[in-house]
Amino acid sequence: MTESRVLPRKDLIAVLIFAALILLVLPLALEPFRLNLVGKYLTYGFVGLGLVLCWGDAGILSLGQGIFFGLGGYCMAMFLKLEASTPEATKIQSTPGIPDFMDWNQLTALPWFWRPFHSLAFTIAAVPLVPALLAFVIGLAMFKRRVGGTYFAIITQAIAAILTILIIGQQGYTGGVNGITDLRTLLGWDIRTDHAKLVLYFVSGGLLIACLLAAQLVRRSKLGRILVAMREREDRVRFSGYDVANFKIFVFCVAAALAGIGGAMFTLQVGFMSPSFVGIVPSIELVIFAAVGGRTSLLGALYGTLLVNWAKTTFSEDLPQLWLFAMGALFIAVVVAFPNGLAGLVQDSLAPVLARLRPQRAELRPTAPTVVDAAEQGGVR
Amino acid sequence: MTEPADFLLAVEGLTVSFDGFKAVDDLSFYVDANEIRVIIGPNGAGKTTVLDLICGRTRASAGSVRFRGRELTQLKEHQIVQAGVGRKFQTPSIYEDLTVFENLEISFPRGRSVFGALAFRRDAPVRERVREVASLIFLEPLLGERAEALSHGQKQWLEIGMLLIQDPALLMLDEPVAGMSVSERRKTAELLRRVLRDRAVLVIEHDMGFVEDIAHRVTVLHQGRVLSEGSMQHVKSDPKVVEVYLGH
Ligand SMILES: Nc1ncnc2c1ncn2[C@@H]1O[C@H](COP(=O)(O)OP(=O)(O)OP(=O)(O)O)[C@@H](O)[C@H]1O
Ligand SMILES: [Mg+2]
Repeated sequence: MTESRVLPRKDLIAVLIFAALILLVLPLALEPFRLNLVGKYLTYGFVGLGLVLCWGDAGILSLGQGIFFGLGGYCMAMFLKLEASTPEATKIQSTPGIPDFMDWNQLTALPWFWRPFHSLAFTIAAVPLVPALLAFVIGLAMFKRRVGGTYFAIITQAIAAILTILIIGQQGYTGGVNGITDLRTLLGWDIRTDHAKLVLYFVSGGLLIACLLAAQLVRRSKLGRILVAMREREDRVRFSGYDVANFKIFVFCVAAALAGIGGAMFTLQVGFMSPSFVGIVPSIELVIFAAVGGRTSLLGALYGTLLVNWAKTTFSEDLPQLWLFAMGALFIAVVVAFPNGLAGLVQDSLAPVLARLRPQRAELRPTAPTVVDAAEQGGVR
Repeated sequence: MTEPADFLLAVEGLTVSFDGFKAVDDLSFYVDANEIRVIIGPNGAGKTTVLDLICGRTRASAGSVRFRGRELTQLKEHQIVQAGVGRKFQTPSIYEDLTVFENLEISFPRGRSVFGALAFRRDAPVRERVREVASLIFLEPLLGERAEALSHGQKQWLEIGMLLIQDPALLMLDEPVAGMSVSERRKTAELLRRVLRDRAVLVIEHDMGFVEDIAHRVTVLHQGRVLSEGSMQHVKSDPKVVEVYLGH
């Protein structure tokens, strides 16, 4: 019976393979600089997990995930910046003890919303919660009014644009277009060394695996099936007695929280956060990463994110101008020809192979599964 | 003289207009507990719209719908369902990407909040009830199939099953045998006869043989108003009904 097992063996093996790849193979095979790049790509993977739940399962396309990635990243950056702005380190400023960009912008005191970020505990809580809170407000305003589909996607784009403008405009509070830079230590531990980057890579990878497992549990719960049902027949779900808006708000908040965690890990590994990760273009890129890998497969989205970013880095080292076009072409190809991305391709080519293996497995199991057993395994996707 | 509160469902003065066109016009009718009521009428008479109004899919411009003494017109769809009203749509409305089992399980009336759904366990009562309903709707051997693979008639049955598992006090069916083969029709009539006991049912149907078979009372709608109401014998011999509907 699958009932006793939290995840089916097939899924567990796939997770283990991915874990071995990012926690074992890549660290052994790559030089520190390349590994740090992979670490950066993996932070986009958090966003991909959220997009699979939100877009792939529930059918809610958000073209504004950069908002939440950025918010998580900014929360972490604010903490690190405050730690780097001790009165001693900033004694040449007219107001020592505040971040340098505030001083340049004639601020004389730390703004109120920066103060809680002196606390690491608060920051760690804020990284998923601030994005989730904004998602909750957006979701409440949109989904309760039954705004969905294209309108919703456009509104998330607009919010991404507005937030970028706000961040750039409010230089004194946000660091403006340069973002929050020159981040040095985390509780006194220098995050700029190769060793620190290696540690952060493993922390980030481990967190990603944990989030992947959590997302798989959500998908295997009845809530996961309701999300799919909602994508197909929203009305029917309503008339089965569910408040559809609440489910949409929930999954949008989960996607936002995941993106926020990704953003924070990005800040830690890359050492800065700027509005260039918040706006329209990065938000669309995040969707493309997930779409290429496969929007209905958690692991597919992760592999897709790694592959597209690897391609992007390789390409833009040689042909930076062509990359945007290549990316656009890739997106169109995926949407038109392979709506389930690479994961769909793999599944289609693996399914016949697995079917051939199945008779042998049946011999090993003396009791053939009953119809209901098969039905109960149906939740696996 | 009975007070409206004694009826399971009391529809009074119900009106809705789409851009000035009154699809349902000052409509009143009452349904008893355990009654099977069939609504008939020509195409565009407003039959589907009446069900839409009762289940909250369309908002009424005026009038009231009282169910077990509770006003429904201000409630949201899911609240109306939770109050005990189940609705089958005119075209089969099921989740094609999910299995038959999962389709039924989602309709099982437990864990309907977000966190309730997260914590929902597929325990013995759920499995038993799903199996029980599946055997009623002739789909027990197909529990593991994706609903997409079902025939049109089987999809209709599945949707009826999804309603049964909710165990509503009022079941509303919009053309349950439309598009079915003769043998499927016979099986559906048999199925409905078995499950329609112990609850009130509001059925829309064009198939007169089927209507005669199951109806306790019949309401004939025409241009959003009640043209005639009573036993099948009564409406069949009503000259107004013969003229606008049965005569064709
Ligand atoms: N949402 C809507 N907006 C505008 N007009 C509508 C709407 N819904 C229904 N109507 C109109 O209201 C009238 C009644 O439609 P309804 O679907 O209730 O008819 P019906 O009796 O169920 O017909 P049928 O037997 O063909 O199913 C029709 O003229 C239809 O065009
Ligand atoms: Mg109709």
